[in-house]
Amino acid sequence: MLADKDRIFTNLYGYQSWNLAAARARGDWDNTKALLEKGRDAIIEEIKASGLRGRGGAGFPTGLKWSFMPKESPKGPDGNPRPSFLVINADESEPGSCKDREIIRHDPHKLIEGALVAGFAMGARAAYIYIRGEYIREAETLFSAVAEAYDAGLIGRNACGSGYDFDVFVHRGAGAYICGEETAMIESLEGKKGQPRLKPPFPAGAGLYGCPTTVNNVESIAVSPTILRRGAGWFTSFGRENNHGTKLFQISGHVNTPCVVEEAMSIPFRELIEKHAGGIRGGWDNLLAVIPGGSSVPLVPGHMCPDMPMDFDGCKEQGSGLGTAAVIVMDKSTDIVRAIARLSYFYKHESCGQCTPCREGTGWMWRVMERLREGDADVSEIDMLQQVTKQVEGHTICALGDAAAWPIQGLIRHFRSELERRIAERSGAMQEAAE
Amino acid sequence: MPKLTVDGIEIEVPAGATVLQACELAGKEVPRFCYHERLSIAGNCRMCLVEVAPGPPKPQASCALPAAEGQIIKTDSPMVKTAREGVMEFLLINHPLDCPICDQGGECDLQDQSVAYGRGATRYDENKRAVTEKYMGPLIKTVMTRCIHCTRCVRFSEEIAGVDEIGALGRGEDMQITTYLEKAARHEMSANVIDLCPVGALTSRPYAFEARPWELKKTLSIDVSDACGANIRVDSRGREVLRVLPRINDDVNEEWISDKARYMCEGLTHRRLDRPWLRKKGKLVAASWEEAFAAIAKAAPGKSIAAVAGDQSDCETMFAAMSLLGALGSSLLEGRQTGMDYDTSSLAAVNFNSTFAGIEEADAIIIVGSNLRTEAPLINVRLRKAVRRGAKVFLIGPEWETTFGGKFLGNDLSLLGNLPSEASNALKAAQKPAIIVGGGAIAKGAIPPALALASQFNLVRTLDDGSAWNGFNALHLAAARMGGLMLGFAQKGGMADIAAAKPKVLISLAADEMDYGPFAESLKVYIGHHGDAGAHAADVILPGSAWTEKKGTYVNTEGRVQFADKAVFAPGDAREDWTILRALADSLGVKVGFDSFEELRAAMVAAVPALGVEGLADYGSALPAGGGSAAGEIGMPVKDFYLTNAICRASPTLQRCSAELLHGEDYAEAAE
Repeated sequence: MLADKDRIFTNLYGYQSWNLAAARARGDWDNTKALLEKGRDAIIEEIKASGLRGRGGAGFPTGLKWSFMPKESPKGPDGNPRPSFLVINADESEPGSCKDREIIRHDPHKLIEGALVAGFAMGARAAYIYIRGEYIREAETLFSAVAEAYDAGLIGRNACGSGYDFDVFVHRGAGAYICGEETAMIESLEGKKGQPRLKPPFPAGAGLYGCPTTVNNVESIAVSPTILRRGAGWFTSFGRENNHGTKLFQISGHVNTPCVVEEAMSIPFRELIEKHAGGIRGGWDNLLAVIPGGSSVPLVPGHMCPDMPMDFDGCKEQGSGLGTAAVIVMDKSTDIVRAIARLSYFYKHESCGQCTPCREGTGWMWRVMERLREGDADVSEIDMLQQVTKQVEGHTICALGDAAAWPIQGLIRHFRSELERRIAERSGAMQEAAE
Repeated sequence: MPKLTVDGIEIEVPAGATVLQACELAGKEVPRFCYHERLSIAGNCRMCLVEVAPGPPKPQASCALPAAEGQIIKTDSPMVKTAREGVMEFLLINHPLDCPICDQGGECDLQDQSVAYGRGATRYDENKRAVTEKYMGPLIKTVMTRCIHCTRCVRFSEEIAGVDEIGALGRGEDMQITTYLEKAARHEMSANVIDLCPVGALTSRPYAFEARPWELKKTLSIDVSDACGANIRVDSRGREVLRVLPRINDDVNEEWISDKARYMCEGLTHRRLDRPWLRKKGKLVAASWEEAFAAIAKAAPGKSIAAVAGDQSDCETMFAAMSLLGALGSSLLEGRQTGMDYDTSSLAAVNFNSTFAGIEEADAIIIVGSNLRTEAPLINVRLRKAVRRGAKVFLIGPEWETTFGGKFLGNDLSLLGNLPSEASNALKAAQKPAIIVGGGAIAKGAIPPALALASQFNLVRTLDDGSAWNGFNALHLAAARMGGLMLGFAQKGGMADIAAAKPKVLISLAADEMDYGPFAESLKVYIGHHGDAGAHAADVILPGSAWTEKKGTYVNTEGRVQFADKAVFAPGDAREDWTILRALADSLGVKVGFDSFEELRAAMVAAVPALGVEGLADYGSALPAGGGSAAGEIGMPVKDFYLTNAICRASPTLQRCSAELLHGEDYAEAAE
């Protein structure tokens, strides 16, 4: 279990105030100038060495991502150098995820300091924090925290006395899940309809307003100052090879005490649940299935879970993914088909409608799932549904198509017998009624 | 020049090409819906998926992927086949199977590609989506249930037309394409979205349920609604022209035409002159050809005869009239009906010298007295491209809503000799400076001072790479103008000279815009096709042919000689214009020297060799010095874009466009 001294988010539960004075007492903004004085390359090397992988779900190495930003500003068509931007993704809309919210409302200065450090490392002129529209109180806190940081001279002109000019803008979204996709977020920031862009060009080449841009998750940015202060070696002391560090786990569903908790990566699932969530409701024998990383990853049946190391590779080995580490636990009282059908509805509702497979496929998948829920289908339709998910997966512009397909694929892989039982039951009942 | 392999064929493609273009170069067909050569890449239909190595182990959208050295592309692998079948199935699940009642049937990309790349049967048992119709104006009929959301129409209106009229509302499967607040699309090029739409969602409203594409005879022709000479295809069935579509010609119209060019053909079946008429006791009465010719012969004009060419006359008709007058000993020829009298001794001084394609590359442009949107929508599109490349545009004349920005300097011609410093600095700094003198300015005598400006800023120059640049451009409004000037249809004093000569007989070649008042004493012979202003003033009406009913040569405002073919026969007793003039020569007792169209054309080419060669005529690059000054406000010659000639005015659709799109607000006010 992670020792208290090793926690990055020391005010995760809001026992102390979020404001600047309290944040400083917790060690934030402590000689940030010295961090910046290490220089751009040293910061990126340190983050690379720490093995930090993006906390937004895909797990791309953060230091590597920062290093893609151009060292020299590219010239625009008018011959003037173009600025670079950092965009911080706080559009946390994945069902089950709620970590960024806790960071923003209780520890916003970690994020703002991280924005300065990361922005400096990639040569960005400004950071845009794109916060989910429904996070109203959180946005208020963030606005106040940014104002505090400006007033204290921590950001803005000559940020922290470093001689570096850096602005932080907070932008509120309007409640579309797709705007959490990095290029859709850039479109939305530009004032356009939130639809993902084609890649290439990647944002590091042409992103916000056509300028080099990096989009990072809130947690990835917020942990970076602490990594720099305590050193990459400290961060790599947690977790397995390739999955180092600490991570915020968000445990929800049928556990006794649902919570958000910072833990070391690679902690076995059973330990995570027993220590922090008070165990499974009704005991471990009552565990039906777990969605380990937010709604977009396939579920893992209960019997495969207890020894699963909670990290990127551990979840992948079980045919799922760590995602945002939003652990959704379902016990045997769950109507698993209905649960997945509800997720299908979510993806149908949140599809942006730009590209064909996702626009048409999400609606089709949801309608078939609704019928499977009642058993109002033919057994052959299970295979058809599986094929439809395969026709969506990997054929779309962004990953929403994959996210819509995977939960259903997980269901068919592990609970096919349940689907067939419902179909048989209903057709049996229909025959009886007909006699 | 990356080298890559497509289905085992090694090819080299130009740098910057996409994988889709590489596949096409290798002769492989790649199905697509959203991709269009002239629009930005959307990559949203996902139909063009191909397998590319190296790359992720999933199919890639070839339209958006840059071709790179050493790529191995497969368009015929099982992965690609499955992907295409999958996308096609998705496109069809919510697409209605109403092909038998859909106007796109027979020329529908979805129909064709589903046969080629789709599965045989559907697996979709749920209810299909239905989408309410959207009102897009009198030209575009919508059946939005058929829409496959390729967004070609959205991209066209944003990128080519430059107006944000069409967009998408909603998201996911509820996404709908619509106009802003369901108002009619008002842009002059709006109906091009009908051609762009790959399915039957946007079809032609006037053409609804008229014909199937395989019933139509296709004739290659040239548009005569303005002086741009857009290349068109005339689709006809029997004796009726049913529709006009653009042809691709990158030098002229790319692949667009204006709404007027598209729907003018509807006027061909309305208000036609289909028999000769004679004025007796102040009233026009029907007559036979013999009576009509006898009436003209009775006037015995001798050399007191003049001819005025209409705005849509082809060169052959004008040459036939010229030959007739020449045989009679007259040279009273004029085509500039509204009385313009600019000097025509140098055709380069009245030509669009930079060419349409060339104006795209200009980097500083002065537009004098021209509303390009109504006078030449196709050039307006080019200017928008020039501005997107960084050109600076300044305008002199009444203000109008441009689609490319630009700065209005004021409405006074004297600005030409006294440019504000920002405009003159831009011209000085430019590599390819240009000036466009529009019809309104030409009428006010802007050509000489514009020529002076051209020499002041050195608009004719040799560029660094050795190529020639001529940035002096006159923009005419009549399809017949440059051809007429090449044949010599111009008097020194313009129409005033013709009126002063008091001809006994005035031959009007469908001239409807001229003032017949000064010719009260003349016998007015109208050879034309529509009962419009000219026919009302005429003493003798000889029914001629409209442009679709005869072969002809046209020269557009950039001096490009183009040939049009005959699509249908003229109605009733109407004849091709040259045959009327040939018969008239007999009744007047003179010889014109040709008995067939081929002989006529040969004689014309002998007289003006440039008219025999398709392409740009060479007027030389030397411009006269010009000089002098002009002052005063400039007026706009095109008052009503949809009703500029007799054929448009007879078209019910264009009448409705004019009423609804241009005067709708006036009517609404009057009704209150």
